[in-house]
Parts: sequence; structure tokens; C-alpha cells
Amino acid sequence: MKILVPVKRAIDYKVKVHVKSDNSGVELSNVKMSMNPFDEIAVEEATKLKEAGKATEIVAVSIGPDKAQETIRTAMAIGADRGILVKTDAPTDLGGVEPLAVAKALKAIVEKEQPDLVIMGKQSIDDDSNQTGQMLAALLGWGQATFASKVDLEDGKAVVTREIDGGLETISVSTPAIITTDLRLNEPRYASLPNIMKAKKKPLEEMNPEDVGVEFSPRVKILSVKEPAKREAGVMVESVDELIDKLKNEAKVI
Amino acid sequence: MTILVIAEHNNDRVRTSTRNTIAAAKDIADKTGADIHVLVAGKDCAGAATGASQIEHVAKVLRADAPHYEHGLAENISNLVVANADAYSYIMAPGSTFGRNIMPRIAALLDVQQVSDILSVEGEKTFTRPIYGGQAIATVESTDEKTILTVRTTGFDAVAAEGGSAPVEDIDSQDDAKLSTFVSLEESKSERPELSSANIVVSGGRGVGSKDDFKLIEDLADKLGAAVGASRVAVDSGYVPNDYQVGQTGKVVAPNLYMAVGISGAIQHLAGMKDSKVIVAINKDEEAPIFQIADYGLVADLFDAVPELIEKL
Ligand SMILES: Cc1cc2nc3c(=O)[nH]c(=O)nc-3n(C[C@H](O)[C@H](O)[C@H](O)COP(=O)(O)OP(=O)(O)OC[C@H]3O[C@@H](n4cnc5c(N)ncnc54)[C@H](O)[C@@H]3O)c2cc1C
Ligand SMILES: Nc1ncnc2c1ncn2[C@@H]1O[C@H](COP(=O)(O)O)[C@@H](O)[C@H]1O
Repeated sequence: MKILVPVKRAIDYKVKVHVKSDNSGVELSNVKMSMNPFDEIAVEEATKLKEAGKATEIVAVSIGPDKAQETIRTAMAIGADRGILVKTDAPTDLGGVEPLAVAKALKAIVEKEQPDLVIMGKQSIDDDSNQTGQMLAALLGWGQATFASKVDLEDGKAVVTREIDGGLETISVSTPAIITTDLRLNEPRYASLPNIMKAKKKPLEEMNPEDVGVEFSPRVKILSVKEPAKREAGVMVESVDELIDKLKNEAKVI
Repeated sequence: MTILVIAEHNNDRVRTSTRNTIAAAKDIADKTGADIHVLVAGKDCAGAATGASQIEHVAKVLRADAPHYEHGLAENISNLVVANADAYSYIMAPGSTFGRNIMPRIAALLDVQQVSDILSVEGEKTFTRPIYGGQAIATVESTDEKTILTVRTTGFDAVAAEGGSAPVEDIDSQDDAKLSTFVSLEESKSERPELSSANIVVSGGRGVGSKDDFKLIEDLADKLGAAVGASRVAVDSGYVPNDYQVGQTGKVVAPNLYMAVGISGAIQHLAGMKDSKVIVAINKDEEAPIFQIADYGLVADLFDAVPELIEKL
């Protein structure tokens, strides 16, 4: 069984974001970039399935700038066997290529690669869209299991537990299908040095937007980007009594 | 011009998130003169449909009743919406896990780039939305013919549940797509108020230390009539179920009072609670970043402070 794992190069989750002074976007120069954390979870899950003898090949795909090669190499160091980069020069500080265009590009790659399963992140931590997996499923006419915290593969189907607002829902989805990962699906491993070295030698194919036949121009215009409203500086209280007094008589919230 | 709001409901009742979404639809209607219709798709969902028809500002309710709509499976709901989409310029749903699951599927089938999690309506097709876990707010304009939106429920005060009297129209259901099936739901049941819409939320983090000690947080919440929330670490460590997580990738809350106990204040946690009216932080580390956004900070060991609070409240 072949698994495709889309991985996105995004800002590292520990970085504090600064809005550019001209309100055109956010500052990304000299900022640490990493693999989108949910995608790391997706690569880990695919790797576990391969180690368990359930998957035979893992292909990591990214749509993004030249530098997204590093992201694909990271996926290879965890366990992907080869990689595909669809190169674009779309500005990355606002999340890069839009989800619908990414989904269309991924559809073209799925049609070429014919994977049995696509495992991807539920959400990019830059644009926070939470769309691409569901869109890809729609375009392929496949079933979807989003926000997965547990995946069991059976014959012709995946039984997936999903983290939803009211608790945990389990659904069964026919394969091929799209699965999107939630935080508690697994804990991604740290790639070992030998695996990082090995990753450098794995095949990485590059494509252009024309090769996937997708128009990457944005449909949603970003007019401006601002800092969120700042909270007024608060006060430190010395005791529980003072806290209760403030909440009752100053803030009047209890 | 008409807006379709997809109702989130449990077949008997419409959830509050639906009324937050109708509030956002009303803001669009005020600019465009559009009518607001609500779709209730479910099984034996007459109760929810009647509830929807009584919500203010709703002009019509569409009801699709079939066994395969019972659990809101994305493949079936999206086919239904797409089959009825011609009449609508806007299609909207709450930005809950229900809306997030179905809407992008609808958008892709209609070849629309969805706008996720709108915080405000600035123009007919112009909205604000948080990016980078709320560290920046983007103003965006949709250029697609149809506009497909999910709504950040904390951005819009729910419209009234009563006051409307919209007609309910039954619509044809579509065939079961048979791509996925519901197996089971492990519902986290609680007598406490719902986390997303509670007036007061008391949240615990890694500092609480264990599942047993998390009872302290629950006792404090009960004393205040509050909902209970948690940081990711508290959930990952098994102190509380997953749906208690507040943050960028959990629930977003904006109560009158948010109490963060033993929570450091990571960017991802702040993303889910920093629009609360009053924030209290209790942490033994005076350098904890949570104090930078707290209205009232108390540097203390939570095992001293929380029992004292419970006793004195
Ligand atoms: C992709 C991604 C998504 C994420 N999404 C979320 C999310 O949605 N929500 C979320 O919360 N996190 C999220 N996180 C995790 C986030 O980065 C932090 O790791 C997490 O919020 C930290 O939880 P914490 O504050 O409970 O733990 P810590 O950061 O370990 O803080 C514990 C605090 O407790 C205090 N403490 C310890 N003992 C006591 C005591 N006895 N009395 C008083 N104080 C005490 C300590 O001083 C410390 O400040 C996400 C991370 C990633 C990578
Ligand atoms: N440019 C991209 N390249 C590869 N995968 C992507 C890209 N953008 C989004 N994805 C995938 O889609 C998921 C959801 O992203 P989003 O819809 O942007 O929140 C991510 O976690 C990735 O797995």
C-alpha cells in the first residue's frame, strides 16, 4: 500500500509573529521555519504503518518555494521514501498557495501516483485554514476522516476516531480516503543523524505548476494585516482575598 | 440574494453556534439586503427544524430528513448542500468541528476558495479573520461568485432563539454517498455549562500535575458555575478529555471571566482565550507569559491558592 503525505513548510510554532509595519503581511526574514506540526504527525503515522508492514511506500509532497525541499528532506528523515516538490513563487508570509489550489495540485499528483491513502495535517499553523484535506477528498470523490486521533486500517476501509467538539467520534471510511491528523494521533519521533544523512540521498522530483495544470493565483485578496488589539496591562494581586475582592468589586464578574 | 446557513444541531435542538452564525449572516444581510435561510439536515429532526424556524432573522428553514443525515457525515451533507446551492450567494456554517469538516468539501465541489473563521463582516465580501493563531488579523476579500464562510462563534453574539416564525420547507434528500459510516460516539457528558458559550471558564494546565488533582479545578469551576477547560498538555497527559482543550487547535472561548491555573501561556493556548473579558492567572512562576495578558495575576502555588479560593468564594 502506498501512502501520500502532503507536507507544508511553515513558521516554527515557537516563533512569535510580528506584523510588517506597512500592514502588508508578517515578518518572515530570519525567522525559523519548520514542517507544519500536524504534517509531522502525518509523516509519523505513515511511517508507523510502514514499520507495521501495512504500507510499502511513503511519498511526501510539498507545494511551495525552493526551500520546501528542506521540509521534504525532514519527512524523508522520519520515514518518507521519496519526495515531490511543486515549485511556486507565491509569497509565503500569508500562508502560501491557497487551500483550493493546493488541493487541485495534490489531486493531479494523486492521479499520477495512485496512492491507497493520503494522510495530511488538519490545519496549517500559518493560515489556520483547516481546508485542504476536505477539499482534496471532495475533488477526488473520496471519503474523508478529519481530526484523527486513532487510525486502524482494515480490508478496504479505515476505522478512524475523530476529535470533535462533543467528544470522540468513530467513523469507518472506505479506502482510498483522506485522513487528517489531530494532535493526539501520535508523537512524532526525532530524526536520527544517520536517517538525516540517508534522507539526503532519497529521490526528490521537482515539478512546475504547469506540470500539475493548476492556476495558483489567489481567489481571496488580502487587503491588510494588523496586530490584534492589545490587552491593557493588568495588575498583580498579593493574596486570594485581594483577588476575590477585585473580581467582585472591580471587575464585577463573580 | 440569499444566504444559506447550515445548522449545527442534535436533531432535537439547534446548537448555539448556529445562532452565532446567523448573527454573522445578519451582518451580511444588513449590507446586501439578503434573506437568511437555514438548512436542517438530520434524522427525525423536526425538533431542530422547529427550533430553527423560531430564531430571529430567519426567513425560511429547509429540512432534509433521512437516516444518512443523522450524524452529519461530510460526504452526505456536502452533496445535499451542493444540490441546493444554485439559489444561494452565501453559504455559511459555524467554525466548530462540524462546520470545519463539511464546509471545505462544499467549497471545493463548487470551486470556491472558502474563507475560514471570520471574526467580523467589513463589507459585502470583505471579512476579518485571525491568522498565525490570532497573532495577526487579516482583512480579506473574496473574489469568487459565491462566498463560502465559516464563522468564529466568539466574534458574533448569538441572535435570539425566539421571535421568528419562518416556514419550514421539506426538501429532497440525496442518495447516501456510502463513502463513510458512523460507528460510535464517546460523548463527554457534563452537568456544567458548555465550554464554548460559558460565562466563566476555569482551565487547568500541566501545573495541576495529575488527573486526581484536576478535581481541584473542577471544584473551583463548580463553585463559580463555570465550564472547565484545559491546556493541551493537560489533555495529552490524560487529566481531562480532548474536547476540553482551549487554543489555536482546540476550542476558542471568550467568557466574561477566564481563570488559567497552572498554565504557562503558550501562543497556542492564548489563541483560544485572549479575547476573554477578564483573565485571571494563577501560577507559581512570576515569569510565566500568561501574566502578560492577565488582568489579575496571582503568583502562588495552586495547591494553596485554589483550595483557599474554593473556601472563600
Ligand atoms: C501544533 C500545535 C498546536 C497546539 N495547540 C494547542 C492548543 O490548542 N491549546 C494549548 O493549550 N496548547 C496547544 N499547544 C501546546 C502549547 O505549545 C504548549 O505546549 C501548552 O499550551 C503548554 O501547556 P501548559 O501551559 O499546561 O504547560 P507548561 O507550559 O508546562 O506550563 C505549566 C505551568 O504551570 C506552572 N505550575 C507548575 N506547578 C504549579 C503549581 N503547583 N502552582 C502554580 N503553577 C504551577 C508552571 O510555572 C508553568 O507555567 C500546541 C502545540 C503545537 C505544536
Ligand atoms: N503548500 C502545501 N504543500 C503541501 N501540503 C499542504 C500545503 N498547504 C496545505 N497542505 C496540507 O494541508 C493541510 C491543511 O492545511 P490548511 O488547509 O492550509 O490548514 C496541511 O497540514 C498540509 O498537510
